[in-house]
Amino acid sequence: MNVADWIVLLGTIVGIAAYGFWRTRHVRSLNTYLRGSTSAGWGTIGLSVMATQASAITFLSIPGQGFESGIGFVQNYFGLPLALIIVCAVFLPMYRRLNVYTAYEFLGQRFDKKTRLLGAGLFLLQRGLAAGVTIYAPAIILSTVLGWRLDLVIVFTGLLVIVYTVTGGSEAVALTHKWQMTMISAGMVTALVVLLLRLPEGLGFTDAAHVAGALGKLQAVDFSLDPGRRYTVWTGVFGGLFLSLSYFGTDQSQVQRYIGGASLREGRLGLMFNAVLKIPMQFVILLIGALLFVFYQFTAHPVFFNQAEWRRHADDGRFAALELQHADALAQSQSAIRAWLQARTSDDVAREASARATMVAANNRTAAVRAEARVALAAADPRTKTKDSDYVFITFILTQLPHGTIGLLVAVMFAAALQSKAAELAALGTTTTIDFWRHFRPLAAADEGRNVRVARRFTAMWGLFAVAFALFAGFAENLIEAINILGSIFYGVLLGLFLVAFFLRRVGGSAVFFAALAAEGLVIVMYLSLNIGYLWYNIIGCGACVAFSVVLQAVLPPRLRAHEGRPV
Amino acid sequence: MTRARRPDERAEAEPPDIPGFRTWRGIYLFVFGWFVLVVVMLTVFTGIFS
Repeated sequence: MNVADWIVLLGTIVGIAAYGFWRTRHVRSLNTYLRGSTSAGWGTIGLSVMATQASAITFLSIPGQGFESGIGFVQNYFGLPLALIIVCAVFLPMYRRLNVYTAYEFLGQRFDKKTRLLGAGLFLLQRGLAAGVTIYAPAIILSTVLGWRLDLVIVFTGLLVIVYTVTGGSEAVALTHKWQMTMISAGMVTALVVLLLRLPEGLGFTDAAHVAGALGKLQAVDFSLDPGRRYTVWTGVFGGLFLSLSYFGTDQSQVQRYIGGASLREGRLGLMFNAVLKIPMQFVILLIGALLFVFYQFTAHPVFFNQAEWRRHADDGRFAALELQHADALAQSQSAIRAWLQARTSDDVAREASARATMVAANNRTAAVRAEARVALAAADPRTKTKDSDYVFITFILTQLPHGTIGLLVAVMFAAALQSKAAELAALGTTTTIDFWRHFRPLAAADEGRNVRVARRFTAMWGLFAVAFALFAGFAENLIEAINILGSIFYGVLLGLFLVAFFLRRVGGSAVFFAALAAEGLVIVMYLSLNIGYLWYNIIGCGACVAFSVVLQAVLPPRLRAHEGRPV
Repeated sequence: MTRARRPDERAEAEPPDIPGFRTWRGIYLFVFGWFVLVVVMLTVFTGIFS
């Protein structure tokens, strides 16, 4: 990075944060602090919802996913538009009608206090522990590639987001989201244009797409019913619907983005904006990855993209041999691709089929050398992370983009880290204030100024906790996966609570409360005794919570059923 | 005799005020139709390039 890159990077990142801080420094109203501006239109809401979901990992990892495994991952988002229609038609009108600050307040009004505390507690536990990861995960990649100190990257991004989120609350979050998403879109379009311009002469988009397709990178949809396949239309529609409903409907970091705004109409249109754009957006990000794959068939690239890790073992003679093998395999692959592109234009079907088989075999050889490199790294140091696809896009940015745009794209990664973190902190601060602090200090509810001050303190506290966690996460890498597992263990039951609240009007507070505890117990026992993919616990937890609620409502003694579910 | 609507119910029943759409159901159908179209386009894309 040169001076121009630094100016663009610091100018955009610090500039947007400073703008958010300055514009919202006078926020004193609790409503504005927790729900955002009462004049926000659908565009602001829509971009804020999109920004909350799009973390730095989205822009670092998803192109890598396209490079490594193709664009089939896009199917994971197929349930999202359907979930957003349900949130728009059922969840959002109810939240606005009850004038709640948090989704868990709705549980309190529909059921009782203990169910509200349970819902808010599950959210804080899951999201609070994940808070450090949203800073740590991108920081480790960016610091490795850019050669910056990891702790400084964590502290810089953490403190920057704390300053404007604590100052302006939800209004600052929405305001900065708008500009961060605009910058991210500009950056990603720039990267795509540069990538297309950098393709070898004579190889246009169509030819590149045919190469990527022939090498298995462009299978966007798969209608297979084979349960062993990870990404299919069916897992995307059904699993994606479930996960998106849980995320957009019950996670306060999303709910807070759309319950404010000028009117119900603006919130609804903001959600529909996401329902329309999300799949095309993810498709383009994955397509960048698939095109990077083609680009790197014609451009020398490292056998292992995490070069910092590779160089740590570079004095091993076996590594030098692998680099030579990779360069040789790449040269053969390149010739085979050119031969196939020529054969495609001829009418000779047999020649085309033969050239295609040669190209696929050459590509398999390159992939085999890369796999061997990963094995060699793991043998040299068993603690090494051998997944390097997260480093593919950032390597392209740093080595192929002109100066100035490098700064812009690095700023994209930081903006994405800041935007998801900001929404998370605002949600954690709001839930702690409204569902816990105010619950135990009901007399303080009338003092608006005090409520805002307390919300600011809780937001700052969660921010500092996240920074501290991220600083120490390096000592416990496995903790990150443990937190993802923890999320799946609690998320399903949380969605179950809301589904009962919305759709099973006869079920009361005690029934759903004990059902949720029993469902959570079941999930934990299953987790400890079975060996199944942890994503399944989302469905099991939700299904068990709903089923147990119905049964308990029927069998509980009248004394416990006295508090019947109240239609709201 | 019809019951008077509460303000929040009136807000929910308000039209989306988007040209070509008179009800929210129309918007939801449009979004669903767009989703189907996107899946069809991705299927065609897969067919052409894979």
